[in-house]
Amino acid sequence: MSLRIVYFAWVRERIGKGSEELDLPESVTTVGDLIAHLATLGEEYAAAFEVPQVIRAAIDEEHAEHDEAIGSAREIALFPPMTGG
Amino acid sequence: MAPETAARPLVPVSVRIQSGDFDISEEIGALTAGRADIGAVASFTGLCRDEGGRLSALELEHYPGMAERAIRAIAEQAVERFELAGLTAIHRYGKIAPGGNIVLVVTCASHRQAAFDGASFLMDYLKTDAPFWKKEHLKDGGAGEWVSAKDADDKAKARWRSKP
Repeated sequence: MSLRIVYFAWVRERIGKGSEELDLPESVTTVGDLIAHLATLGEEYAAAFEVPQVIRAAIDEEHAEHDEAIGSAREIALFPPMTGG
Repeated sequence: MAPETAARPLVPVSVRIQSGDFDISEEIGALTAGRADIGAVASFTGLCRDEGGRLSALELEHYPGMAERAIRAIAEQAVERFELAGLTAIHRYGKIAPGGNIVLVVTCASHRQAAFDGASFLMDYLKTDAPFWKKEHLKDGGAGEWVSAKDADDKAKARWRSKP
């Protein structure tokens, strides 16, 4: 299944793009699986996801933990801890 | 997705994500006009600092859609919890020079404590839960760093869990 993935801040800069559509292997079922899978896609991805535990995620614009199932999500966002305000 | 709990009926909650500046007096006026039930208005404004002359600007990146949604969810919690009579939250994005406005929260209530607490609660949650990221632009023209999240912000949020 194809999924839209969006990146922000230094995750976006390290990967070199703001979003992409990806076909995921069936073994990828959670946010954590997705991050581990992305980290294997090349040097730039490995750099972005070097410390997976700091990466925050959102599924269809709602905050999600790493053990949350991707299910029928349309869009997953991966980004550093937020620093607004 | 869980259905969102509606705010108290008739309580105006305005959340805006915009690149342009805001006017605090106008925002307070819009919340209080024609109201006779509001006894307290508190506001918080966050501004861009130059960090001792080091920065020429902060650039705020955001996740469109989710930014508005996340702040609205926090705003509705604040309205419920502190029985607010009105709330406006505005967060800017893009490049902001030192001295410029970044964020505004205005809370209205019958009494001052609820207004103060509502604004403080909203800011503490916004810092850690609203999808915004700050990047520094240096005065000497060099490439700045992304601002790191602070443990103090997580602690500031956590203090609301132990309060009634």
